[in-house]
Amino acid sequence: MQETRDSITDIWGARTPYRSEWPTRVDERVTETPDHWVQAACVLCSNGCGMDIGVKDGRIVGVRGRAVDAVNHGRLGPKGLHGWEANNSPDRLTQPLIRRDGTLTPASWDEAMDLIVQRSRAIIDQHTAGAIGFYTSGQLFHEEYYTLSLIGKGGLGTPHMDGNTRLCTATAAAALKESFGSDGQMGSYTDLDITDTILHVGHNIASQQTVLWMRILDRRAGPQPPRLVVIDPRDTFTAQAADVHLKPIVGTNVALLNGLLHLIIAAGAIDQEFIAAHTLGYEELRATVAPWTPERVAQVTGVPEADLRAAADILVSAKTLVSTILQGVYQSNQATAAAVQVNNIHLIRGLVVKPGCGILQMNGQPTAQNTRESGADGDMPGFRNWGNPDHIAELARLWNVDINIIPHWSPPTHAMQIFRYAEQGSIKMLWISATNPAVSMPDLPRIRQILGHPDLFVIVQDAFLTETTRLADVVLPAAIWGEKTGTMTNAGRTVHLSLKAVEPPGAAKADLDIFLDYARRMDFRDKDGAPLVKWHDAEGAFEAWKECSRGRPCDYTGLSYAKLTGDSGIMWPCNERYPEGTPHLYTDYHFATDPDYCESYGQDLDTGASLSASEYRALQPNGRAFIKAAEYLPPSEIPDDEYPLWLTTGRLVYHFHTRTKTGRSADLCAAAPDAFVQIHAEDAARLGIQAGDMVQVESRRGMAQAPARIGDIIPGTVFMPFHYGMWDSPDGRPRAANELTLDEWDPVSKQPHFKYSAVRVFKLADPPAGEDRAAAAQAAAPVAPDAPPNKKS
Amino acid sequence: MHLGNYLALLTGSETALAEAFATIRDHHRDEPDIGYTCWLLGTWSQAHVQALAPSVARYQAQKSAEPERLMQTLFAGPRTGSLALMRDLQDVWLLANQVDLCWNVITQAAQALRDSELEALYRRCQPQTQRQIAWLLSRIKQAAPQALVVAA
Ligand code: SF4
Repeated sequence: MQETRDSITDIWGARTPYRSEWPTRVDERVTETPDHWVQAACVLCSNGCGMDIGVKDGRIVGVRGRAVDAVNHGRLGPKGLHGWEANNSPDRLTQPLIRRDGTLTPASWDEAMDLIVQRSRAIIDQHTAGAIGFYTSGQLFHEEYYTLSLIGKGGLGTPHMDGNTRLCTATAAAALKESFGSDGQMGSYTDLDITDTILHVGHNIASQQTVLWMRILDRRAGPQPPRLVVIDPRDTFTAQAADVHLKPIVGTNVALLNGLLHLIIAAGAIDQEFIAAHTLGYEELRATVAPWTPERVAQVTGVPEADLRAAADILVSAKTLVSTILQGVYQSNQATAAAVQVNNIHLIRGLVVKPGCGILQMNGQPTAQNTRESGADGDMPGFRNWGNPDHIAELARLWNVDINIIPHWSPPTHAMQIFRYAEQGSIKMLWISATNPAVSMPDLPRIRQILGHPDLFVIVQDAFLTETTRLADVVLPAAIWGEKTGTMTNAGRTVHLSLKAVEPPGAAKADLDIFLDYARRMDFRDKDGAPLVKWHDAEGAFEAWKECSRGRPCDYTGLSYAKLTGDSGIMWPCNERYPEGTPHLYTDYHFATDPDYCESYGQDLDTGASLSASEYRALQPNGRAFIKAAEYLPPSEIPDDEYPLWLTTGRLVYHFHTRTKTGRSADLCAAAPDAFVQIHAEDAARLGIQAGDMVQVESRRGMAQAPARIGDIIPGTVFMPFHYGMWDSPDGRPRAANELTLDEWDPVSKQPHFKYSAVRVFKLADPPAGEDRAAAAQAAAPVAPDAPPNKKS
Repeated sequence: MHLGNYLALLTGSETALAEAFATIRDHHRDEPDIGYTCWLLGTWSQAHVQALAPSVARYQAQKSAEPERLMQTLFAGPRTGSLALMRDLQDVWLLANQVDLCWNVITQAAQALRDSELEALYRRCQPQTQRQIAWLLSRIKQAAPQALVVAA
């Protein structure tokens, strides 16, 4: 075993201060000396660090950061350095499974795929393709999503396609569409190298994107360190480093941001010229934020006036500004409205597009960006506008299908609605790829009921048995990262090629090959009777995608596998105009808001109602950005006598998603072995809870149990990490935070509100010593753990 | 002068609209997105009724029986399920359009009377009526294909 540092204890590594450039530091961890290295990128968060996979005797034995890569300059975080061990786990699925007489039993690929095709045909005959839904991931490769997108939208013609990106990144896309007309990150990570001010809103970047945080720490350790403002109700690693830390009560982001906008305007720190030339809607914003005095903000958000003023002072004096936004906004009350207010801070200050000025509406999952670009989620491929018939006609020409095959009569169905249709029985087949909704969706008791219903035919394509495969009718074993080739795009628009380094275990197949096999067996045809899907491998899919992206904001036409091999990842658009990619979008200050070009005509931030094409045209945006104001609205569920505390949920630095991968690394598991309930000392004292006590958290939806952790959170709020499900629960106790969360979502982005719900908490037992803990916790449980129902045959 | 009659028709219709939003919340508790939005949109109509009160008094508007009659024809019995959601949203849409038309009629009269207070009220409230209609239409369009084509 060799490693450049123990990243479990030393998460970010030694400082390499920024001096006119970010120094290279190659992080490496191998268990044996590799006989060769294979180029790849990390798929354990949206940062997409360039990495090489070390291979020995056909097995992955370690990874190292790629020194040439612009994203990480060689660095890797704990998940990247350890997560690859999942590939070698003995738990990997190696053959298809079919449920027979209630039990999942081994089957051949032919049997499994024939069954899927036979069910698909029968369902289409009886109910149309509108009875088939797809729920994919933020962890596949672009080529896989694009193929899936074509199969669903151009082959079957179903509007019901989404991904778990709905849970992590939908608001990023929505906020960019609302302000700038289209999805597409405006700024670049390199803005962080030169900016004088950084604002993190609901983004615990130190835990989420450890390597990007290293970049910030290195700026802070060099000359002219940037000032740091953090908005987060918890004392996260990120917040601990802040110059000003604002801790709003959960659900009050819009009130807080309106307060900051109010102070910026009051200070006269707005860029009149920029506003007049390049934006629409400033007057309404000014009127909306006028009543949001620091006093009123303090009442609603609990943030002291002095703190708010201190943060505003920093924003007012910023000459350059980078903001990053994530789940504290995206998964909370008024998600899109709040994310848009961060855009507004930049717009009224004129701090966009220029070097050092970036808005990073972040992504959660590693390839969430690709789900959005390819249209495998609730979007159209290439950021096309579902409401614009010309865009759909273009797609139909490209795919050589009749325009009416492609569902475009209403917005593509979002994930939460797909599950609702399944609950009502009008969706009869749900194909889940590379994700685990039985842990990651809100209100798990309901999700289990939906997936467990005998009338719903559930296909799960995964590398491991999960809480979701327990409810599947067919399980397809998938190859994962390192076992297949494809591209992925990080939260900063950087495209990486990740190559196949080893063979998948047993009969496991790349998701791309599974989708291609389905298309072949379903015999999807284009208008002229030729096969609909015209490629047979990843590179073929990439070449087809390039054509689809031509002329759109995410233009890949200048990229190729050859160009992406050997050197750094490249930022799109990459085309004739920008042959080496480009760090900033809209450098001519012409945003993507032209009616013929935009991805969306916009939505009402309070209700989600879509604007019509004619209403949008009447606004005459002409490339100007929209400043959209929002009034604060209280959350729908607030603590009361029965459920007196707020629950908020989030991630830990050592784990990803539902731990299907990171849970297979012994070191990552040991670093964060179990869920916990974080509670303020005052609340804990009142409830007689001490650190380590097993506590039960209950909401109107369900309950979860975990040991208590005291402190680093505001009073009245408890926190639970969302990673922990049942598959390796030490004592069979329910510990998923989503047993408790609310079944509701943002009206615009349709992203669920994981960040707040009302709960009550009580102590189950005193902490038993060592090994007895598990047994004692079980004995203390007042009700039997709510194990997922086994699917009826 | 008949402005009073129309103000009565408007306040009655706004009241009915607020009730209608409450009704669909009640009928469709299993539709997670319906509850909060309908609550929000209902509060707008309630606020409109309150804001209209001084004008109602000024023009001595009497209570109108018409909106109640309309409500009875519109929401016949409790309905659940996907088609029922469509029908309920459609009925609320009809009511919201009645409200919208009333606002248009009244602002015409307000202009003729040079009643700037009533005109200002129109400018404040009617955009919200439009937003209610826009949401209803968006939600109906979203629900229609599945409810009419796919669902049993
Ligand atoms: S920051 Fe993200 S992409 Fe980079 S090594 Fe860590 S988990 Fe992987």
